[in-house]
Amino acid sequence: MNLMSQSNEAGILVDNSKKIFKVARRNFVDPDIMAAEKERIFERSWLYLGHSSEIPKSGDFVTRNVAGRGILFTRDAKGEARALLNTCPHRGMQVCREKKGSAKSFQCFYHGWIFGLDGKLRSQPGEEGYDSDFKSRDTSNMTPVPRFESYRDLHFISFDRNIVPLPEYLAGAREYIDLICDQSDRGMSITPGTQEYSMRANWKLLTENSIDGYHATTTHASYFDYLGGTTGMPVGDAKSRPPGNGYDLGNGHAVIEYPSAWGRPVAQWIAAWGEQGRTELDRIFNDLVARVGQQRATRIAKLNRNLFIFPNLVINDIMAVTVRTYFPMAPDYMVVSSWSLAPQGESDWLSKYRLQNFLEFLGPGGFATPDDAEALEQCQRGFGNFKDVPWNDISKGMNSESPGARDELQMRAFWTQWNKLMYPAPVPQKSSVAA
Amino acid sequence: MTGATREQVEDFLFHEADLLDQWRLPEWLELFTEDAEYHVPCMDLPAGASPDNNLFYIADDRFRLGERVKRLMKRTAHVEFPHSKTRHIVGNVRMKPRDDSDLDVRAVFTTYRTKDGITDLYLGTSAYRLSPIAKGFKIKNKRCVLDSDTLRPSGRISIVL
Repeated sequence: MNLMSQSNEAGILVDNSKKIFKVARRNFVDPDIMAAEKERIFERSWLYLGHSSEIPKSGDFVTRNVAGRGILFTRDAKGEARALLNTCPHRGMQVCREKKGSAKSFQCFYHGWIFGLDGKLRSQPGEEGYDSDFKSRDTSNMTPVPRFESYRDLHFISFDRNIVPLPEYLAGAREYIDLICDQSDRGMSITPGTQEYSMRANWKLLTENSIDGYHATTTHASYFDYLGGTTGMPVGDAKSRPPGNGYDLGNGHAVIEYPSAWGRPVAQWIAAWGEQGRTELDRIFNDLVARVGQQRATRIAKLNRNLFIFPNLVINDIMAVTVRTYFPMAPDYMVVSSWSLAPQGESDWLSKYRLQNFLEFLGPGGFATPDDAEALEQCQRGFGNFKDVPWNDISKGMNSESPGARDELQMRAFWTQWNKLMYPAPVPQKSSVAA
Repeated sequence: MTGATREQVEDFLFHEADLLDQWRLPEWLELFTEDAEYHVPCMDLPAGASPDNNLFYIADDRFRLGERVKRLMKRTAHVEFPHSKTRHIVGNVRMKPRDDSDLDVRAVFTTYRTKDGITDLYLGTSAYRLSPIAKGFKIKNKRCVLDSDTLRPSGRISIVL
């Protein structure tokens, strides 16, 4: 990727004296930039693979594509989670072709090689044709992903053998993952059902959008109309609520934390949930107070968090909790997978209301996400003019000591890290570009 | 209506499709009973999965269905403003009487959505539970199961299937 280092066009433009932070629109459209992102970001970051609850028992498996790599996420006979590169050591075929299931072993149907749940070669037809110690060689086994670690049941992989350990990588994001996972003392689990969709837009637009409190009022006007009818209180405009805060969590991670008008299964009641709901949510909140104390319980239950983990994981703890990951397939096309995360063993009543709450806003059939997709796709179209209108502005809140959730600090945190990885020193000087 | 014929059921489904294609959504909503449901499950769920404990794409009760229609008729439903053009094609209609007076109806659908120079295809089967009324039917339940592995490249179900 020599062209990146040879390029004299900056990826971002920062002028703290003028409170300006600009992002080059070229970053969203240039195929060379996408190719460099693959090498410099996706091959060198911790990437979300899946959640422990998706493979609860030995033999359970899920296959998943992570940054263009086929991964087999399994639990071996000893109960250890494993992440294997889903390719046969013999001739390369994807060994497991099912999306999920439960197995005692995995057989590559091409020549019949059989692998254990740990990826070790168990047998192959015509063994007499191989050297006597062939099966004991590492190269005869399915290859584990170079790095595989978990935090609070969230499993991540990395293709960079030398990457820092996951907890260090997560930096300040750990505090927010803890706040989300502490909703339950029995652990969290992924609800069955995967929303697998796409947007005809650059993947970084979804990063920005997922932690953008500024767009909600206009982009989601119709959702807030709806919400006003269900909460039993005027939703009003965003100005009537405290704005919340935006934080840079280090290593490109960021979060916004803020109060909202919508109901939260853990635990902010709305009128639409009736008296049974009020009783249940009171009980959940009181249990939470008993477990973590009044102050932390209030923060967990009454505030919302849009958490971004660099480069492509979003955990939004809002009217439900969604885990969302996305990958570029082309500069103007991304694939998205999203799940609902909920306290393990939640009551049937609450599970139902949680899922209704999720679908009212979130996902490709919701009352809000499709409008996000439309906004992002229209941005992508707008970027067709990038040569003459080269910069996006994300400077909102730079004039504040503590930027709010409707400012753009979160996006600046992402782009600063993106730029650091994409354009290792020397950083292009701002004198080389026009503001 | 007792002893409904397949022709009558097909006429009803074609009428429904036509109302959707003409964006006459408030009239379309009138086709549903007051306790109606409209569901689109995620494609990795087993048949018969319930939206009470599984993540769907859409799991509307009659109230939410009404809100969906209200939303789609607004300019602020940005994804559908201006409205996309749709073409709902319904075929292979089969019907089976139930023990009550309702009918179970199965059909296949191909729905095209065109907007901004892009045409997306939605393909699948729909299962209806229809309640006969004096003139025709009301829809008590409509469940659309998409055939595609994922919602790609269409990326959204911003129209009614």
